[in-house]
Amino acid sequence: MNIIINGKSQALTTAQNLSDIVSTFCKQSRHVISELNGAIIPPEQWSQTLLQDGDVLELVTFVGGG
Amino acid sequence: MTDTPLVIAGKSFTSRFFLGTGKFKNKKDLSDSIAAGGSQIVTVALRRIDLDHHEENILEHIPPHVTLLTNTSARTAQEAVRIARLARASGCGDWVKIEVINDSKYLLPDNQETIKATEILAAEGFVVLPYISPDLYAARALVKAGAATVMPLGSFIGSNQGIKTKEFIQVLINEIELPIVVDAGIGAPSDAAQAMEMGADAVLVNTAVATAQNPVVLARAFALAVEAGRLAYLSGLPLERFIANASSPLTGFLYDDIPTN
Amino acid sequence: MTFQQIKNILNDKSPQSVEGLAQEAARTTRQHFGRAIGLYGPLYLSNFCSSHCTYCGFHSHNQIQRMKLEPEQYRKEMQFIHAQGICNILMLTGESYKHTPVTYLKEAAVIASEYFQGVSLEVHPMQTSEYKELFTAGVDGITVYQETYDRTRYAEVHLSGYKKDYDFRYGTPHRAAEAGMRQISLGVLLGLSDTANDVYALYQHVRELEKSFPGVEYSVSFPRLRTVKTEALAICDVDDIQFVKIIALTRILFPRVGINLSTRESPQLRDHLLEIAITRISAGSNTSVGGYTLLEEKDQDPQFDIKDERTVEEIVQLLKSKNFDPVFTDWRHIENTL
Repeated sequence: MNIIINGKSQALTTAQNLSDIVSTFCKQSRHVISELNGAIIPPEQWSQTLLQDGDVLELVTFVGGG
Repeated sequence: MTDTPLVIAGKSFTSRFFLGTGKFKNKKDLSDSIAAGGSQIVTVALRRIDLDHHEENILEHIPPHVTLLTNTSARTAQEAVRIARLARASGCGDWVKIEVINDSKYLLPDNQETIKATEILAAEGFVVLPYISPDLYAARALVKAGAATVMPLGSFIGSNQGIKTKEFIQVLINEIELPIVVDAGIGAPSDAAQAMEMGADAVLVNTAVATAQNPVVLARAFALAVEAGRLAYLSGLPLERFIANASSPLTGFLYDDIPTN
Repeated sequence: MTFQQIKNILNDKSPQSVEGLAQEAARTTRQHFGRAIGLYGPLYLSNFCSSHCTYCGFHSHNQIQRMKLEPEQYRKEMQFIHAQGICNILMLTGESYKHTPVTYLKEAAVIASEYFQGVSLEVHPMQTSEYKELFTAGVDGITVYQETYDRTRYAEVHLSGYKKDYDFRYGTPHRAAEAGMRQISLGVLLGLSDTANDVYALYQHVRELEKSFPGVEYSVSFPRLRTVKTEALAICDVDDIQFVKIIALTRILFPRVGINLSTRESPQLRDHLLEIAITRISAGSNTSVGGYTLLEEKDQDPQFDIKDERTVEEIVQLLKSKNFDPVFTDWRHIENTL
């Protein structure tokens, strides 16, 4: 299946939950904020959230800003 | 004479110098500048995680006691609301700076959209610090909308031009009960001192410090300037004396022998 | 400006300081008002009063002929005032809910609107709902003086009646503004209490109102305690020099607030103060109920003794001779809707 992470299409070979996705794709572990199909998913729900084909996932974090 | 603390949304601060964390050359300059300036509130932004490169997490360089103020940096109220909610989902607090800009030439904020975003987010319990062009009606609407402060711009973002909107900021200081934080365009410590002498409650500086040759020293200079300006304001600067010119006296009659009653 | 700064200014006896203040005030007044002077006329509708204020000619324990004008009577008074050219009327009563209730005042406002573009009231403090009724009946402005902001002194001179309630009176301009009144006039009775304290407190009151109700036109008055057929009750003498300073200082600190001067003051002082900071004056005044057309002078009971007895026409001529611009009305009649 394919999902879009941060604007780029990613192919997933197996069904994964959000927790796995974050550890696979993000090099940082702390302060990752996720938004799946426009809805914010809090970290405590990541392991129960299964990704589906066509999902749009945004992973954001803090950076310097004014 | 000592100052009373700056209170925003029930939280007390002893520093009236807020620092923005954008545009720093490196993270060490940032953390050293925060320390040198003694800032207790810093702004941060949200961005998509770069999945290809490992970037140091900026929060690792901000001391835990410092309050994070996430800049929504959006083009519409709806976007600002979305970003605020994302920031809150981090678990790092719910203080947000509403910055809604739909203008790439001057980077002027859209006051109307800012008011809309403030209404929505304040109702959701965020601590909202809206950034606006200094306009009394907008400021009043923000008070009504539940803003925690009002942040009028001193001059264009990144311009370092100083306080170009002095008279208009003064109106807000005079008429609005919320803390007034002068934000944007502060280029030198003297600008910050000027804002504080006028009666502003705090200033937010980013570009001037981040792009200075020696940000750490400049951060300290700003902290001193903010303190000096604040003390000057508290001391009650002497009034201009009204000088009379002799040619057409208006009150000579008071000293005539003929009584008026 | 801090209280101490005001105190210092009032204590500075040098002629140069008064002149400096007066010139700055004059410059500010010209800048914001030009040479326009608003004219209005007072109409006393009733002297029934339930409050005992020791300094007032109408107070409840004073033995005077109590009168309240009925519509046919005050219509005559209004016609007279209207014939003098007056377009702004200030209708006054003693403080009596019983004798001059809201219904009475509403009727008077409706009838007054037939003759005058601007209708203001100086009556007992009321509730917001009552001010709303009056507003829709045609009242544009409310005048209410706190007299003194010193609570102790306030209690000493307001011995009984509704006026005893300091806080209710203090909140009156707020309630009137909430109800939609466009013009609100505040003041202190100079001489009643410590001058610097009262002037400072008045300024604070105006500032508070400006912040909450920025769309209202504010004006202030500084009546000086005068004799009224009874002994004078001033605890301090506010002499002409102090008086001029207070008015000049007010203008400097509040560039756009109107400053009224009543006929309590002499013609000469009024004329000089017009050059400095005054922007509204009453003209051709009579401070007795029925005093314009219904009673002979010997039968009249004035609220205060008038020092400036010039007619409206005389005032207009005087103003024009000094290059002032006498303004009878700022606007045409408009419907007051909530």
